[in-house]
Amino acid sequence: MGFVPNTEEDKKEMLKAIGVSSFEELISDIPAEIRLKEELNLPEPLSEYEVLKELQDISEKNLDLNHAICFLGGGAYDHFIPSAVFTIISRSEFYTAYTPYQAEVSQGTLQSIYEYQTMICRLTGMDAANASMYDGGSALAEAVLLSIGYTERKEVVVAGPVNPNYLKVVKTYTHPRKAQIKLTKFDAGVCDIEDLKQKVTDNTACVIVQQPNFFGNIEDVFEIERITHLHGALFIVAIDPISLGLLVPPGEYGADIVVGEGQPLGIPLSFGGPYLGIFAVKEFLIRKMPGRLSGITIDRNGERGFTLTLQTREQHIRREKATSNICTNQGLMMLAATVYMALMGKQGLKEVATLCLQKSHYLAEKISQIDGFKLKYKQPFFKEFVVETPLPVSLIKDKLQAKKILPGIDISKFAGYGDGLLIAVTEKRTKKEMDIFVDELKNLAG
Amino acid sequence: MQFPENLRYTKEHEWVRVENDSIGVVGITDYAQSELGDIVYVELPQIGKQVKQLEPFGTIEAVKAVSDLFSPLSGEVIEVNEKLKDSPDLINKDPYGEGWIIKIKISDLSELDNLLSAEDYKKLIGK
Repeated sequence: MGFVPNTEEDKKEMLKAIGVSSFEELISDIPAEIRLKEELNLPEPLSEYEVLKELQDISEKNLDLNHAICFLGGGAYDHFIPSAVFTIISRSEFYTAYTPYQAEVSQGTLQSIYEYQTMICRLTGMDAANASMYDGGSALAEAVLLSIGYTERKEVVVAGPVNPNYLKVVKTYTHPRKAQIKLTKFDAGVCDIEDLKQKVTDNTACVIVQQPNFFGNIEDVFEIERITHLHGALFIVAIDPISLGLLVPPGEYGADIVVGEGQPLGIPLSFGGPYLGIFAVKEFLIRKMPGRLSGITIDRNGERGFTLTLQTREQHIRREKATSNICTNQGLMMLAATVYMALMGKQGLKEVATLCLQKSHYLAEKISQIDGFKLKYKQPFFKEFVVETPLPVSLIKDKLQAKKILPGIDISKFAGYGDGLLIAVTEKRTKKEMDIFVDELKNLAG
Repeated sequence: MQFPENLRYTKEHEWVRVENDSIGVVGITDYAQSELGDIVYVELPQIGKQVKQLEPFGTIEAVKAVSDLFSPLSGEVIEVNEKLKDSPDLINKDPYGEGWIIKIKISDLSELDNLLSAEDYKKLIGK
């Protein structure tokens, strides 16, 4: 933000334009008893260097990931981001967080959106993807709204452990539509299929599954799909895009809507945002899909061009009858994901996913050999797993954080999800880092 | 621009043709299709859906706008024009014939009295 000076002359000019004689007169409507009587008690001004030094000192109180070993996950992951991502997205032609308004003037931006949509379709096996949404949680909530609108039903069934933060967003978004959200049991760390059969009925608008689920476990998506479609409900799959380097794309097992958090695709953790909401559908839902959509066309000279398309779905034309009130996208984050996917390619993504899989299994094995520690669930998992600990998880977190190790998420803070430590391992974690973590846990247990 | 005498019209620019005193064939008028321009998509109701007079039963989408379709009469949808899924432009080409949209089993013939004659409809649109 630029520096805007406020000189005595400026003040006089503004007061004159407003038609008052003093600043006191301007604020005379504010009751005297709630006004500050004396001057603000501020320290003396500092030089530029002194200010920088002070801010630097404050910022160093943060434990950042250049100086800590991170096993945090639960929807946001410490994956490697190639330098080219930031170099490309910070080019001035691209550098805006916003969706294009005078859209067709920004051909380069529209093309990048088109490329992003194409890549998301290939990654997920779906027919059409939008230009992105705010984050994984809001994308899931929009998918639920779409399902309620499409099926004219009110019940939403959550199959297995889905990210509790996403479910909070779903509840907020669907509250005015009076949606009834039913959760299945997941005692074994995955959806209880028998319980799901009881809960899905002909009043079910959609079934939501997260693959891998919130605990990192792999769900039986084939069986969940069968039960969902038996009752004419829509099948929503929330994905981790990195996992699709190895797992079957949801489009191939009958997903009607795929959503996900795009942060693992080249977007920094940065205190929780801005992130990227992935949203893709099968063709029969394309006119119900929220958000912007870039399409390819030819201009009157026969040259290739890009344009926002199917805009009649959108709120600015369809008004109160639109599926969604979203007419925007997460422009810069979407571009970062596009650059990341282009750099990685099919093979690179597969390698990243394979490393996550192998390393997380190495660490799980090592931790379960420590006395008192064991894996909570006996399920196949991708890059995250839950561990039962002999000491309170909060104590482990405090002790290890002091040694600059972030051991994971205490799942007891989410009501209904049980106890345990949720540990995520990305391709960035080295054997040495994992062994340090294991040694520290041993010390605590001993 | 044609407005056949044997049809009844709504203020929302739909027409209905009554067959055998029981079936209503529904479409949009020549005027409506020409105002909308190139029609690219029609969202059709499910067969068996109950519709009420002058309530929406579907939507019609042109390049720059999308509008609701209002049912001229109450009843049950017994047939939809499947050809519109691939050729929505039939509505532009032949709004009273090949471009029909749905057929309904009429539940109350007296509702016809609430609709406009060809003459009244022409007055409404200033033709």
